[in-house]
Amino acid sequence: MFDYAPAPESRSIVTIEPTYGLFIDGQFSDGKGTFKTINPASEEVLAEVAMAAPEDVDRAVAAARRAFGPWSALPGAERAKYLFRIARIIQERSRELAVLESLDNGKPIKESRDVDLPLVAAHFFYYAGWADKLAYAGFGPDPKPLGVAGQVIPWNFPLLMLAWKIAPALAAGNTVVLKPAETTPLSALFFADVCRQADLPPGVVNIITGAGDTGRYLVEHPDVDKVAFTGSTEVGRQIARSVAGTGKKLTLELGGKAANIVFDDAPIDQAVEGIVNGIFFNQGHVCCAGSRLLVQESLFEELLTSLKRRMATLRVGDPLDKNTDIGAINSAAQLARITELSEIGSSEGAERWSPPCELPDRGFWFAPTIFTGVTQAHRIAREEIFGPVLSVLTFRTPEEAIEKANNTPYGLSAGIWTEKGSRILAVADQLRAGVVWANTFNKFDPTSPFGGYKESGYGREGGRHGLEAYLA
Amino acid sequence: MPKSAPTKAPKAAAAAPVRLSVRKTYKLYVGGTFPRSESGRTYLVDGDNVALASRKDARDAVVAARKAQPKWAGATAYNRGQVVYRIAEMVEARRAEFAALGVPAAEVDAAIDRLIWYAGWSDKIAQLAGNANPVAGPFFNISSPEPTGVVGVVAPASLLGLVSVVAPAIVTGNTVVVLAAGPQVAITLAEVLATSDVPGGVVNILTGHAAETAPWLASHDDVNALDLTGVTDPELAAELERTASGTLKRVLRPRGKVDFTADPGLRPMTALLETKTVWHPKGY
Repeated sequence: MFDYAPAPESRSIVTIEPTYGLFIDGQFSDGKGTFKTINPASEEVLAEVAMAAPEDVDRAVAAARRAFGPWSALPGAERAKYLFRIARIIQERSRELAVLESLDNGKPIKESRDVDLPLVAAHFFYYAGWADKLAYAGFGPDPKPLGVAGQVIPWNFPLLMLAWKIAPALAAGNTVVLKPAETTPLSALFFADVCRQADLPPGVVNIITGAGDTGRYLVEHPDVDKVAFTGSTEVGRQIARSVAGTGKKLTLELGGKAANIVFDDAPIDQAVEGIVNGIFFNQGHVCCAGSRLLVQESLFEELLTSLKRRMATLRVGDPLDKNTDIGAINSAAQLARITELSEIGSSEGAERWSPPCELPDRGFWFAPTIFTGVTQAHRIAREEIFGPVLSVLTFRTPEEAIEKANNTPYGLSAGIWTEKGSRILAVADQLRAGVVWANTFNKFDPTSPFGGYKESGYGREGGRHGLEAYLA
Repeated sequence: MPKSAPTKAPKAAAAAPVRLSVRKTYKLYVGGTFPRSESGRTYLVDGDNVALASRKDARDAVVAARKAQPKWAGATAYNRGQVVYRIAEMVEARRAEFAALGVPAAEVDAAIDRLIWYAGWSDKIAQLAGNANPVAGPFFNISSPEPTGVVGVVAPASLLGLVSVVAPAIVTGNTVVVLAAGPQVAITLAEVLATSDVPGGVVNILTGHAAETAPWLASHDDVNALDLTGVTDPELAAELERTASGTLKRVLRPRGKVDFTADPGLRPMTALLETKTVWHPKGY
């Protein structure tokens, strides 16, 4: 093992103002009070952000409503050009936004730089091209936008989730009011500036910051026509309930407990890389994380040895260091949840292991962790941990693997590792999950629809399918 | 009345005892058989005692639908299309029976044509609802539709309405538990289904009051989607939607009154489909 010298990315490329307002009707304005957003790697306060009160949400929805008429009446080709502009500006400001995202979220710079930001720009490029081609999308000859979209996004991929929400909404001719997560508001506020740079008409995109109450008020607002939410299944249920009977169109992208199935003929080194990527990418703060490893019994010892060896090389620490593999846990609350569920894993009888791993003194950290001897009844095999914690189970036959993989109320994603093509196709057919990665994991693309079966939500984001959520 | 029908009974018959007609018992249709309601209840509809389905009947029907679902979904699309086509053939053969229940000939025609339309979709919908996705990397990436699973259907009363909600659900590989509003028409359709090569459990039909049974389907953990096309009371529909949110069911609730004579479009099928996207690396 080599020692690595520190290789920090400079944070001078990004200038964070001490305070940020709400972005409504093309202007920043005050809310009712403020809250602080911190760097989870250091607990340093990055900025004070306005807290949107109900009257602020009203203002934002009214601005989006006023903007909807002219925006939806624009020729698609003109809407497209605004989105292309936004995509270009994101590319130009990509490094700045990547550093900002790592500061506010805690994710390693190599991920925000190489995964999040390229996908954000690509998403706007992809949907820009749809804006003048909607009649060819397969949703009828004359598809219409829905109106005002109320969108609530999580903290794990702040800017990428914003792109998944805003790009298709705008391409289809809707206007939006978006609420970023309480712990990661900054990149959405920088995106507001991107909209201004692009001369996007005021009111087409409105960004309101706040906590759960702000989000609830937004999705329940009577003048919102479309609700899109990414987050926990519990909140998704509440939103589905509150939207019931209103005629609002709803799409939900919720939790997951993905099975990553490794057969005994799998290419073991690739599989280990895939397992590591599946659960430790973005600190495991990924709804589609491969958090249940199902290993064919005959391969178990060999795979586990290999996995542990690989885990010992993972570098946990400063998110801005270009060599960091695992950054900071996003918040104290999330760290408490991961810690609690891991302790439950031990107390229920599973065997816990982490590589020797020095964690920084300040900030929120959790060492990469695996549990073996896990049964399907254990809470760590059933509940979404949303952290760098892997539960390992075994199976003997493909039927047993499928049975175990599907034995969850979730159905967002799954992984299959085997060299046998016919087995991949047969197993993929049987898995009740919206995304199946075979001999790979955690791959995303704007052309590729993403979304869940069962209690992982409904509707798809990305691809041609992603337009349906924003068209009548 | 056809010209060949006798206008009055022959004289000799007057002396003979009058032959009583054999009436039909209107029972439920669950798992390919026709049980009475486990509750023992019936209700009177146009002079017939019709089985009044209970909560337990609804749950039994879900069990039958779930049991039938994997095999039905696993059948080839070609096979499912043939089965739906066969339903159309059997409706054609029972025109007189539907006419006797007061279904206009034009509606029977439309129901048969609707079945044939959907039969043809079985092996085509995946080609429209699925995509090969040109991802920016060396990956094979394809999205395909799959059935949602077990669908609870609150059906409209008319034959055409009933066929228009059942056919799109099953042709794509779902199985259904139907709460029927027009019981005699629905059970006559069940008799058609029972003789149409539709595997038992693929379509289950319960007669009774949707307001009583639908909430049990809406809250049932093993029902994946709810089609509320036949719900006429908006308050009931909203309540069913709220209940369905507990298990995050897909809910299909068309806006306004549906014109079943119009082209249904793809929505009745796509609303009951999931999209699965499979990735695989390319390489030597």
